[in-house]
Amino acid sequence: MLTVRTLDVAYGAITVLRGVSLHVKAGEVVAIVGANGAGKTTLLKAVTGLVHPTRGDIWLGGSSILSTGTAGIVAAGCSLVPEGRQIFGDLSVRDNLLLGGYVQYRRGKAAEVDADLKRVLDMFPILGKRSSQLGGTLSGGEQQMLAIGRALMARPTLLMLDEPSMGLAPLIVKEIFEVISRISKAGCTVLLVEQNARGALKIASRGYVLETGRIVLEGSAEDLLASSEMQRAYLGRDVNVDSERGTP
Amino acid sequence: MSATLSPAGFWQPDEECMHREDLGQLQLERLQATLSRVARSVPFYRKAFEAIGFDPDDLRSLDDLRKLPFTTKADLAEAYPYGLLAVPLREVVRLHGTGGSGTSGIVMGYTRNDIKTWANLMARLLVAEGVSKDDVLQITFDYGLFTGAFGVHFAAERLGASVIPISSGNTKRQIKIMVDYKTTALVSTPSYALHLIGAMRAANLNMNALSLRRVLVGGEPFAEETRRQIQEALHVTVTDNYSVSELLGPGVAAECLERDGLHLNEDHFLPEIVDPVTLAPVPPGAEGELVLTSLTKEAFPLIRFRTRDLTTLETRPCPCGRTSARIRRMEARTDDMLIIKGVNLFPAQVEAVLADVARSVPRFQLVVERREALDVATVLVEVSESVFFDEMRRQAGYRDLLRHRLASDLGVSFEVKLVERSTMDGLAAKGKVVDLRRR
Repeated sequence: MLTVRTLDVAYGAITVLRGVSLHVKAGEVVAIVGANGAGKTTLLKAVTGLVHPTRGDIWLGGSSILSTGTAGIVAAGCSLVPEGRQIFGDLSVRDNLLLGGYVQYRRGKAAEVDADLKRVLDMFPILGKRSSQLGGTLSGGEQQMLAIGRALMARPTLLMLDEPSMGLAPLIVKEIFEVISRISKAGCTVLLVEQNARGALKIASRGYVLETGRIVLEGSAEDLLASSEMQRAYLGRDVNVDSERGTP
Repeated sequence: MSATLSPAGFWQPDEECMHREDLGQLQLERLQATLSRVARSVPFYRKAFEAIGFDPDDLRSLDDLRKLPFTTKADLAEAYPYGLLAVPLREVVRLHGTGGSGTSGIVMGYTRNDIKTWANLMARLLVAEGVSKDDVLQITFDYGLFTGAFGVHFAAERLGASVIPISSGNTKRQIKIMVDYKTTALVSTPSYALHLIGAMRAANLNMNALSLRRVLVGGEPFAEETRRQIQEALHVTVTDNYSVSELLGPGVAAECLERDGLHLNEDHFLPEIVDPVTLAPVPPGAEGELVLTSLTKEAFPLIRFRTRDLTTLETRPCPCGRTSARIRRMEARTDDMLIIKGVNLFPAQVEAVLADVARSVPRFQLVVERREALDVATVLVEVSESVFFDEMRRQAGYRDLLRHRLASDLGVSFEVKLVERSTMDGLAAKGKVVDLRRR
């Protein structure tokens, strides 16, 4: 579904991604794990057209999306749940969600947006309860669910999530990962970027380890969790602490 | 033929039947990660990359691999024992080796993941060869430092087949167990399979009454005629297995029941075929030396490893459904390595043992022949004044010592004949190695 090939991204003179290649097949949950500053967010920005690579190519469903632009990429079925949720605090939960369905409105599918809204509110009962409350008044976990729900309103075939566990309590993190699993089982392909390597790999089928802008390990999630290198670099030192404390 | 013998399926269908375009992407991703890792963790590769100004970040396509230097068996010997490990030794859970104590040989390490991958890769090939969990495998390869027996063993267990880890030797017992345990799949060198057949004939054993359905051969090159003989005598399918000890062991490539080339586990080993002299890539389909790059190995990754095996690469789809490229069965070696009874051996290893025992290198000649389908190796050793060849007792003692040391150091039994200088003068023209098996 998504293929990234030898991608370089630079901010001015600083190269952030170096020759990154990866792929996500339809129906998979793929995790990209790595420490802070490894280039994970930049990678998602490149896929969503928010930054432009200096080299390499990105294909979505068989065609290059380098010149498609963000709106076109979203319309092509690719939704992003950004880092730090980025919900609209001054808008109600319901309006936040409706904004996510904007692509559908533009297609003249207003009726379907209503159905989607109902579906999302069913999926996250807590959002249903708080649908008229302002987004900014929700707890961190609720805001994360709102951000995910908003992304789902665009009816993505590929859902990308940037650090959905960030800043959340362990129990909430568990819940968020369960939600992502459920979304995957409902047929949506998922690309998950996480510092919480253990949590992400537990729900992923495959994974990549990004380190200072390079992919240094790839493999089935099971193999990565068992990889000595992975354990040394992420699971032993950083991530054990992460998953125990639930915060990065 | 394929319709009636069609295998139960695939062990890892997503990988084995992958679209070749997707395979290329996967290979590129894995190559990138492997190169980044070896550049960081293996000084040998870091220096090699620096010497040619190559940065793994600059890899743009699989073809860029051609810029990199080759890894040879000599490089591996040089790094003895642990110079090429990409992980700390404490993360290695298994060590295999080649060569005896006379020469250092090569040490291969495997992490827990490597062992698991190995079992899966060989299990794929076992399934391709028609093996299922209903089979009873009799493994007649040597259990020891060599990779052969263990490589098949753990894969067969993973598959759920029943394994008889009988190891090599003791033909009578092999046959008794084959009958009593109802072996359905024999794993052996082709020459040992022929030897077993000969022994069963001599014992007037009714081979039709055996439960045997397949013979998985490997460890040495063989003629199609050999396959025909085994298949007809035992009413079995014979499939060929290609192993590269330095890279993995068995599990690299094997024939499916079509028996039209050996399916290479290409998502784990990236193949190239190069001209053995110029080392330039040969045109598609042309013969050349097989060069393999490991794409997933953690402990002992190898970049552009020269196997010294001559073959061709076939990417045409196989009727079995696997999309992996197939290598043609091996016919020749590009160096002087001998395979005796399935064990890889260099004349230099024999020389080293002789030097050790005699305290100086005597002139010698290695003669390998095939008697009743079995390899027989003889070392003719020149005796000089330093050996009391006029004393029969001491001469016999020297011969026995050589025979014992060769067997214990090299894992192959040799006949040893002591010859006088004048005799050796006459023999020398034939060279150090006389292999009569290829006639």
